[in-house]
Amino acid sequence: MVTWLLSGDKPRSAILAALLIVILVCLAGAPFLFPGVRSLETAATICIFIVLAASYDLLLGYSGIVSFAHTMFFGLGAYGVALGTTHLGRSFGALATGTLAGALAAAALAFLIGLFSLRVRAIFFAMITLAVASAVAVLVSQLSNITGGEDGLSYRIPRVLTPAFRPFDEEVLGIRFTGKIINYYLVFFSCFALFLVMLRVVNSPFGRVLQAIRENDFRAEAIGYRVVRYRTTATCLSAAVAALAGAIYAIWLRYVGPDTTLSFEIMLDILLMVVIGGMGTMYGAVIGATIFVLAQNYLQNLMGAASEATHSLPLIPELLSADRWLMWLGVLFILSVYFFPTGVVGRLRAGR
Amino acid sequence: MISQTRETEMSHPLLETEDLTVRFGGHVAVDAVTCAFDAGELTAIVGPNGAGKTTYFNLISGQIAASAGRVRLEGQEILGLSVAERCRRGIGRAFQLTNLFPDLSVLENVRLVIQAHYHNGLGLFSMADHHRDLIDRAEAVLERVRLADLAGQTVSELSHGNQRKLEVALLIALDPKVYMFDEPTAGMSVDEAPVVLDLIAELKADTDRTILLVEHKMDVIRTLADRIIVLHNGALAADGAPAEVMASDVVQEAYMGRELEDV
Ligand SMILES: Nc1ncnc2c1ncn2[C@@H]1O[C@H](COP(=O)(O)OP(=O)(O)OP(=O)(O)O)[C@@H](O)[C@H]1O
Ligand SMILES: [Mg+2]
Repeated sequence: MVTWLLSGDKPRSAILAALLIVILVCLAGAPFLFPGVRSLETAATICIFIVLAASYDLLLGYSGIVSFAHTMFFGLGAYGVALGTTHLGRSFGALATGTLAGALAAAALAFLIGLFSLRVRAIFFAMITLAVASAVAVLVSQLSNITGGEDGLSYRIPRVLTPAFRPFDEEVLGIRFTGKIINYYLVFFSCFALFLVMLRVVNSPFGRVLQAIRENDFRAEAIGYRVVRYRTTATCLSAAVAALAGAIYAIWLRYVGPDTTLSFEIMLDILLMVVIGGMGTMYGAVIGATIFVLAQNYLQNLMGAASEATHSLPLIPELLSADRWLMWLGVLFILSVYFFPTGVVGRLRAGR
Repeated sequence: MISQTRETEMSHPLLETEDLTVRFGGHVAVDAVTCAFDAGELTAIVGPNGAGKTTYFNLISGQIAASAGRVRLEGQEILGLSVAERCRRGIGRAFQLTNLFPDLSVLENVRLVIQAHYHNGLGLFSMADHHRDLIDRAEAVLERVRLADLAGQTVSELSHGNQRKLEVALLIALDPKVYMFDEPTAGMSVDEAPVVLDLIAELKADTDRTILLVEHKMDVIRTLADRIIVLHNGALAADGAPAEVMASDVVQEAYMGRELEDV
């Protein structure tokens, strides 16, 4: 059963398996284990970014394709939900329609980009994605009567998914059970399912061909694989999953804006998550996204506290000031690439 | 019109090239080569270094585009087709410079070829390891080329000789209509080379497979070839039965004089 769920792709390292189980348990029980708005927010973000990073790894790690348009696809899903609920009203039907429309739009756009640029050199594809993504970002901020521009859009989702919904009068397992928790489990289970689907895809006959193409596209073609078709399919699939992640994010946040979905900063974050976790392994995305989101949310606090604690010493409080957290993240990144060139997962598997 | 196509279908050779030419800048690497290969024949292609043997192969299997001429497989023009499409139609190619999937296992290299050949569709949502039939076939091929013991090894860790064997194994796994071997024993030690040559002899004996073999070693050619063609400066310089061609002046001068010393 577990083997079937994991598509035969075992963690192949006891430490990795333990880490994954801890992450799974923490995310599954987050509302009860870590009550509080902030930690639930963090847990949901981790779930969503695991899917987003994993879908990016399908391209970068498994297919060897560099794309800078991943946040654009993420954004398409998010804006799909936003526009769906804005225009079709507050209903699950509107959420589903928006989600589906966003995913289809993402796949179609990926298909077009792939068709035009995957035939030629890889660097060309990377540049086209950069150009298209920038164009879309500009478009979204310009067309403010449709997209809300820089301010983004806020909208109403079914009441069952909001904090206002209180099905029980008493507390459940020591917490107040609200629609927000139902919403969290919607996020959790959708992301879990999407992750397992991707794990299946990379271990399927299709996934194996992607790896072969990444290794040696010349020979893959010579043994009869239509390389462009495989690459284009991978791009569409990855874009569709990114859009689904975006839709889930939009349902969770009840807001979309360029900063939460389209920004180039998020693109860099995804790249870092994949590289830190380990390219070419789906589990790398889990580890990378978890480390990164935790660092992003708590490193600042931790550093603030450390800075306080060392205030009597020279220079050190300066370095540890909360404003420097990005610098430390950069240092962390460089160190991890230097010491774990194959990512955390690669390191754990090798050191078995 | 219809009767005409039927007639050509019956009489055409398995593979033929007609005035096949490629120029790189001013240099004519393959020069109007017209040649037909019948089913069941093993043709050795010889010629000095730079004669255009590999380039001739590249034109047939599609890695480079021809400047002029035609290539027909079973009477059908294939020059406009992609490499993958030609492979699917039955043009199989092994490379002079080993060209494998280095970070994958030996078994996976062969399995990928088998999958290309026997698995229909993309196969997005099934588990690759559950396609037992594909794995069994791949293992049978490894057995045949005597690499079964190394099935789990990563290709980049194999010795050069074993990589050459795997190169041959990929072509055997493909089971094409036309086998094209480009110096399959290049760089192999004296005790490794016979394994590969035996395999080719086996293929030849097995059924009526069509084999094109680029090879420098004259003793090998003498024992294996039904026919020899000689390329010289990209042009077809001789074509005929082995004894005949080896005795001809063009081979004695242009090729044998030098190569015989290596044998
Ligand atoms: N892509 C290319 N661009 C330019 N010149 C090329 C290209 N491919 C081959 N040539 C040239 O064409 C000629 C024929 O090369 P080819 O590799 O076909 O020779 P060969 O008969 O296979 O020789 P060898 O026995 O050394 O393998 C050589 O002069 C080579 O430099
Ligand atoms: Mg050659």
